[in-house]
Amino acid sequence: MKSYVAILKRIFTRDAAADRVVPPTGTTARLTLFSAGAMAFLAVFALALSLAAGRLADRWGEELARTSTIRITAPTEQLSAQTEAALRVLETTPGVAAARALDDEEQRALLEPWFGPDLPVEDLPIPQLIEVTETEDGFDAEGLRLRLAAEVPNAVLDDHTRWRRPMIAAASRLRLMGWVCILLIVGAVGAMITLAANAALAANARVISVLRLVGATDDYIADAFVRRFTLRALTGAGVGTLIGLLAIIALPSIGDTGGVLTGLGFRGMHWVLPLLIPPFAAIVALLATQAAARRVLTELD
Amino acid sequence: MIELENVAYSYGGGELFSEISLKLAPGSFHFLTGPSGAGKTTFLKLCYGALQPTDGQLRLFGADLRDMSRDDVALCRRRIGVVHQDCQFLDHLPVAENVALPLTVSGQDRPEELANLTDLMSWVGLTERANALPPELSGGERQRVALARALIMSPEVILADEPTGNVDWEMSQRLMRLLIELNRMGKTVVIATHDLGLIRATKAHVQSRVLRISNRRMQLAGADL
Ligand SMILES: Nc1ncnc2c1ncn2[C@@H]1O[C@H](COP(=O)(O)OP(=O)(O)O)[C@@H](O)[C@H]1O
Ligand SMILES: [Mg+2]
Repeated sequence: MKSYVAILKRIFTRDAAADRVVPPTGTTARLTLFSAGAMAFLAVFALALSLAAGRLADRWGEELARTSTIRITAPTEQLSAQTEAALRVLETTPGVAAARALDDEEQRALLEPWFGPDLPVEDLPIPQLIEVTETEDGFDAEGLRLRLAAEVPNAVLDDHTRWRRPMIAAASRLRLMGWVCILLIVGAVGAMITLAANAALAANARVISVLRLVGATDDYIADAFVRRFTLRALTGAGVGTLIGLLAIIALPSIGDTGGVLTGLGFRGMHWVLPLLIPPFAAIVALLATQAAARRVLTELD
Repeated sequence: MIELENVAYSYGGGELFSEISLKLAPGSFHFLTGPSGAGKTTFLKLCYGALQPTDGQLRLFGADLRDMSRDDVALCRRRIGVVHQDCQFLDHLPVAENVALPLTVSGQDRPEELANLTDLMSWVGLTERANALPPELSGGERQRVALARALIMSPEVILADEPTGNVDWEMSQRLMRLLIELNRMGKTVVIATHDLGLIRATKAHVQSRVLRISNRRMQLAGADL
């Protein structure tokens, strides 16, 4: 680790004269910049995907653990009586921490996305919803269903588990895929830089041998290449990350209610993470070029 | 400074030469001669650590070459000025930067060292060509640039491989005078050349020894030259 700090220091303090000993190679430079930029752009999205999927899985997981809903469908005049009955049943059900009938205001808010804000909730035969908060151990859903069937036949227990479990599994899988993508991108960057560095080293075999002849150490020669590729990867990845972030910011958003697609983006401290992509790409480039240079230099002369 | 004990070298086929024992003492002046292909260049490569002897022992400044790391060899080269047979420049850099290259790679390209560069360039008569690129130079100019680069670090030893290889008689005499002057300043000089006329013409001006590689051995040539 310490030696890499020393290398970084050498790389960023060495003067321009040292840089000139290896002739510039236009194509390799441009291709390296482009590839690093493209990879960084992809990495931004993979990161955003992972984080969004993670947020979704966490939120669903939390809600899943905490709440269920009871829906009571009954003629308007019986509705309050049935609601009362259901609440009484819930009070005596082990595993239920709290139960609360949603008021008109809340019901309207839930329906608003579908029917608009001016829905006359009072006048419609809308089912009454009861939000049930579970204790840590939870309740026996089957048992509660049976009791409700006996005492409040119009009540339906929706414990969310049925449809949310697979959703959470899917979100978790999506998060995993995001991280796998990032790993693959890191590998691809390393491979790309290794190929480019090998090509540059091979193209400069004569220059390297002249440098050796006049007393250059392997470190000095390697640094000339490492410095180049590290700076290229840093620059390319910097531009790629910037464009990626702008693209993320420019994504149409429908706010917090969105799913994984529309929720793609960074929240709070997570904005720091994509900023780590360029330095990370630079470190990958440094390690890859150094390994390539070390190998080539010991093979030459 | 450079000591060989029973050194042999082979490129993989038969032995090029063997049983070479020799000490290059500080301040000495040696010619190395022999027919083309005898192994003069190979011998010089051994002397600056570019090749490892296949047999025997070689010491550079007291250290056994076998025990030296790649970095040790690199550091040694800063004390040995080499004029390569084919010059070996960086063609994308102008002459002045090529001459200063040993300073650059050893991190000694400070202003006071670069002042030496100006002196050296005028000493070898290349001040006007400082900004030319190596491929634009004539044979004689190349040889002088190579010599200037070999001298920029004020090395203790100068190994020159056919330094008058493709220059006219006039220029070769100038180059030899430069090398003799360096020897008077106390540098150890080894000049490989197949040109016996050059050796004869130079011998009068400097106390020198002539080494000859022939029949896979190195001999001290006598007065028969
Ligand atoms: N890298 C090499 N690989 C194999 N053989 C070589 C190599 N370099 C030189 N030789 C051979 O070694 C012999 C001596 O070469 P060299 O030392 O250049 O001779 P000289 O400088 O006296 O003309 C020649 O026959 C040459 O072909
Ligand atoms: Mg030769």
